[in-house]
Formats: sequence, structure tokens, C-alpha cells
Amino acid sequence: MAAKKQVNLTQMYPGQSGRVVSIDGGAGLVGRLSALGIRPGRAITKVSSMLMRGPVTVQVGGTRLAIGFGMASKILVELEQ
Amino acid sequence: MACHGARSRVRKRRGGNSNPKKILLMGNPNVGKSVVFSRLTGVRVIASNYPGTTVGYTQGLMKVGEDMAEVIDVPGTYSLEPTCEAEEIALQMLASGDVIINVIDATNLERNLNLTLQLLEKGIPMVVALNMWDDVGHRGIHIDLNRLEELLGVPVIPTVAVSGQGIKELVESIPSARATKPPPIGHDERWAAIGSITEQVQQVTHRHHTWRERLEDASVRPFTGIFIAAMVLVATFLGIRFIGESLISYVLDPIFEYLWTPVVLFLSDLLDGSGILHNVLLGNIMAGEVNYIESFGLLTTGLYVPFAMVLPYIVSFYLVLGLLEDVGYLPRLAILMDTIMHRLGLHGYAIIPTLLGLGCNVPAILATRILESKRERFIAATLISIAVPCAALQAMVFGLVGERGIQYVAMVYGTLFVVWVVLGFILNRTVKGFSPELLIEIPPYRLPPWRTVLQKLWFRIYGFLREAIPIILGAVLVINILYAVGFFDVIASFTAPVVTGLLGLPKEAVVALAIGFLRKDVAVGMLAPLALTSGQLVVGSVVLAMFFPCIATFVVLLRELGAAGMLKAAAIMIAVALSVGGLLNLIL
Repeated sequence: MAAKKQVNLTQMYPGQSGRVVSIDGGAGLVGRLSALGIRPGRAITKVSSMLMRGPVTVQVGGTRLAIGFGMASKILVELEQ
Repeated sequence: MACHGARSRVRKRRGGNSNPKKILLMGNPNVGKSVVFSRLTGVRVIASNYPGTTVGYTQGLMKVGEDMAEVIDVPGTYSLEPTCEAEEIALQMLASGDVIINVIDATNLERNLNLTLQLLEKGIPMVVALNMWDDVGHRGIHIDLNRLEELLGVPVIPTVAVSGQGIKELVESIPSARATKPPPIGHDERWAAIGSITEQVQQVTHRHHTWRERLEDASVRPFTGIFIAAMVLVATFLGIRFIGESLISYVLDPIFEYLWTPVVLFLSDLLDGSGILHNVLLGNIMAGEVNYIESFGLLTTGLYVPFAMVLPYIVSFYLVLGLLEDVGYLPRLAILMDTIMHRLGLHGYAIIPTLLGLGCNVPAILATRILESKRERFIAATLISIAVPCAALQAMVFGLVGERGIQYVAMVYGTLFVVWVVLGFILNRTVKGFSPELLIEIPPYRLPPWRTVLQKLWFRIYGFLREAIPIILGAVLVINILYAVGFFDVIASFTAPVVTGLLGLPKEAVVALAIGFLRKDVAVGMLAPLALTSGQLVVGSVVLAMFFPCIATFVVLLRELGAAGMLKAAAIMIAVALSVGGLLNLIL
């Protein structure tokens, strides 16, 4: 299987969807994000991002989340083809 | 739905002791626990449409069968690993619970079940309230209730807390609460279990975007978002102003003028127009005219300030804030403000306590519990108590400074805003540590029923009447007594170098500064009889806003920041108030 393109959340375009591959952070961050629904394997859609390294808004399942830029850059997503 | 075998077992296990049972309402943030709580107990608590409304716990009583039980509204938490003060409180409460009502947002089953499974492991009898059940259909979600009940092993009751639907059934299910106590499992296994449950009970059909969702998206996109925020803020300001002014001009001023003034004049005649009692009750009344602002009697200024100057703005502010809260706009504002707030050592969500502070600093400082770190809480609480004027103070500024021209009101607000930004910037550079990043759930927009909005408004107005009016009357009384014994002359001459030399105010203004510790609204009112220039009035108002918190705020600050934190904050307040006041005095 050809490798799909992987990017972090901040590099996605609004409206793009994909699947979470990994979270490049400590156990604390991984735990917090997973409690909110962001964990490897989950489908994720980027809704928008604010200017000047502002927060990224995403949709995971029924939940809409705003994630700070730094955190968002640690969330790796495999883009849908 | 209930299983009868379970009922008797629960009774045996938990019943029989003389202490009332403790029922905990637990669940993710913003699933409606506080609404369920109010429904169960009749005790009103503030409920809003954003995660983190409840930051402490409230107790109430309800009847379960023939027994009274204690119900506790616990702050929301996503998991049993706390990330902020409010979540820590939730965890502490857990140890004392006899029964848990786990409130779940039915439109977000998967995420909510994470906490549900963790709670089940605790082995406390539990029922599940599947709240927002009315929303499930709109979102194209179908949930198999019986199957969910079977898989969880505890009663599952669909509810719509806002309308009261399902609450009766929820109450009836409490005796059949069950403790399944599954063996603890790790993260991954739990998520696998949740995945399997949702797969079995939930079907989601695809459907098109609604206009509401389009609006939701637009308000978090950079350009449309900023445009919407600007519109909301302008509408908010104009709405508050319009409602407040209308209440004053068309309702409260006429009441005082036509109904109360004759009573006051009659009493004045009765007391022969002078004497200690006359001064305390009615103050200075000259030539048959009642000056409600300057007379400073208990029955004149003491009533006019809270009812005719402050109350109208309390009503209008909390009506508009309540709408913003319940619609679910505030978290969006937090996203827009995030980048700016980071420069002040905070993240975007700190805008919510800050906005609450424009009503009253006390709930605002409590609301800083939604912030993750001690550092953020210190910065947020300090900024709020220095640079965020409460509604009572603002109402007086509008009333008194507004008479001199809107530009002077703008100077007061402009100064406070600059202080907020500059001080935040400095605190961010000097307080050790770093600010965590924003990570919040954004609730959907909801159209709150008018009844809910008005109930919440009344709850807040009642709070103001109950807590503020005794202090206002007390403050006016204290002022009259201290004047009579000449106490103020002593401190006035003692503090003259600062008040007159630095701030350029007449030395009597120190009385207002001292009274500011009791109530800021009365304190601003005390500037009225001093015949100040407009510039002096601006200085006085700004210094009063920043100088020191009122006693209610002081108590909360002390409790939330600890003695050392409070001392630091107080030192900053005094230093900033004096330097900014001095600077303004030089400019104006």
C-alpha cells in the first residue's frame, strides 16, 4: 500500500479530513487529547485556524474542539485521498 | 427499565445508615449537570452553554422514595485525571458519593462514555441520564437505549433537562442504581470497549449542514469570525446601554421622583429638617429638593444608588451576558482572543472569567478555576481585580462621569483597558512559568428558551439584591457615623500628601477611597458632592476601580490565591493605582 501523506494539524487546510496517526507529546497531553476524542485512528476534520499561530478548530465525532497552535502541531494526521 | 433485584440489593448495601445519601451529578463539562441539578432539587445554580460554568460544588436536597437525599452538582470533567482546579474538585467529591447520576450528552456518546466507564470502575451505584435527548434526532443519531443499558449494566434514562422531560423517570430510577464495578482497564482497552459499545448502540445517518452549523463555522474563521465578534460586541454594548438607560429614565427615576420624594420630604418635616437622625436617614436636604446622589442619607442615597443607578445596569448586563452564555458564543470569542491573550500570560479561555468580571469580580475570580496553571490563575485574578470594573462601578461611572460628557467615560475605560494590556504584558514577562495552551470543547449554538434566560437573570438579580444592598446601606450608615465623630478628618489630613499631592484630588476624596473597600458604587457616589473637575472625576473613578478590591472580592482573592498570592496582588494593585492615578493627574 502506498504511503499516504502525513501532515500535522496546523498544516491541514480548512475542510480537509484525515485520520489521526500519532500524538507527539507526553502522557499528559496524550491523555487529555484522548479524553476529548483525539487519539490514533480517529477521523478528524479541520474546520478553521486563526491567524498568527492561533488555535486550530477541528471536528472529531460529535465534538468540536479548539486546540492551541503548539499542541495542534504535535498531532499527526494521515490525509484522506 | 429498572431491574428489581438490583433495587433491593442497593437498599441493603447503602441504605439503613442515618446520614442522608449523597448523590453526585457527574459528567463531562457542558452536558447539562447544573440544569439537571436545578430540576432535581429546586435549587437554582448558574447554568450556561460553555464548558466550565460550574467550578465549585452546590448542594441541594431531593426526595428519593421516602428519604431525603443530598444532591451535589459537581464540576464537569472529561476523565478522572484532573487538569485544572475545577476538575480536581470533581475528583475529591467522588470519594464521598453514595450514588452517581452520570449525565451524558447523548449527541456525544463516545466521548462521554470514557468517563462513564471510569466511574463504573469506582464501584459506586450509578444511573445514567442521557441528556439532550431532543437533539439526537436533529443530528441524525439513533441510540438503542435498551442495548446501552444492557451493556453498561446500569439504568439509562433519556432526559431533556432544559424542558424537564425524563426527570421524573430519572428520580424513580435512583433506587435501582447499580454498581457493576468492572475490573480496571488501561486506556487502549477502554477505548476499544467504548468503540464496541457505540458500534452496537448508535447509528449515525449522514445529513446536510444546517444554517446553524454554517454560522458556527463562520464564527471561528479568521475574517468572518472577527466581523461577527465586532458585531456581537457592538450589539452587546448598545443593548446594555439601551436597556439600562431606559430602565433608569422611564421606570426608576420616575418612581423615585414622583413616589419616593414626597415620602422623604414628609419624613424630613417630621424630623424638623435637621438633627443626627435626620442626617443619618435622609442626609442633607435643602430647600425642599432631594438630591439623591449627594444627600447621603440611608433612605435617599442609600436606596437610590442600588435601585436607581446600579440595578438597571445589573439587569441589562446580566440579560445580555446570559444570552451570550446560553447561545454558546463565549468559547468562540475565546478562540479569537487566544493569540492576544497569550501576550498577557493567559490563553483565550481567560476571556470568560474576564467578561464575568464586568458583572461582578467575585464569580469572575472563582471562574479562573477553569484555567490550568497557578500562574494563569494569579495573572487572571490580578488583572480582573485591577482592571475589570464591575457592573455596579460601571453604572456609577456612567451615571456620574457620563454627565460631564461621554469622552470622560471613554477616558476611564480607555485607561483601564491600557492597564489591563500593559500589566498583563508585564506579568507575563515577570511571573515565573509559562502559559499552557488552549484546549477547549466548543459547544454548538443553542437557542435558549426565554424562560431559562429570565430565570437565570432573576437568580443573578436576586443575588445582587441580597448581597449588595445590605452592604450598601451599611456603607452609607458607616459613612454617616464616621463623619459625625470626625474620623474622616483625621485620615484625610494624614493621607493628604498622597491624595492631594499625587492624585490631585481634594483630601476628602480619601473617604471615597476608604469606602471603596466596602462597595465601589457607593464610593464613586461619594465623589459627587466634592465638586470635582471632570479630570479629577476621571482620576477618582480610575483609582477607585484599581486601588483595592471591595471586601467581597478581597475574601475570594484571599481564598483562591492564598495569603502570599493575595499580598502580591494587593501590592501590585496599590502600586499600579497610584502610579496610573498620578500619571493621569499630570495629563488631565
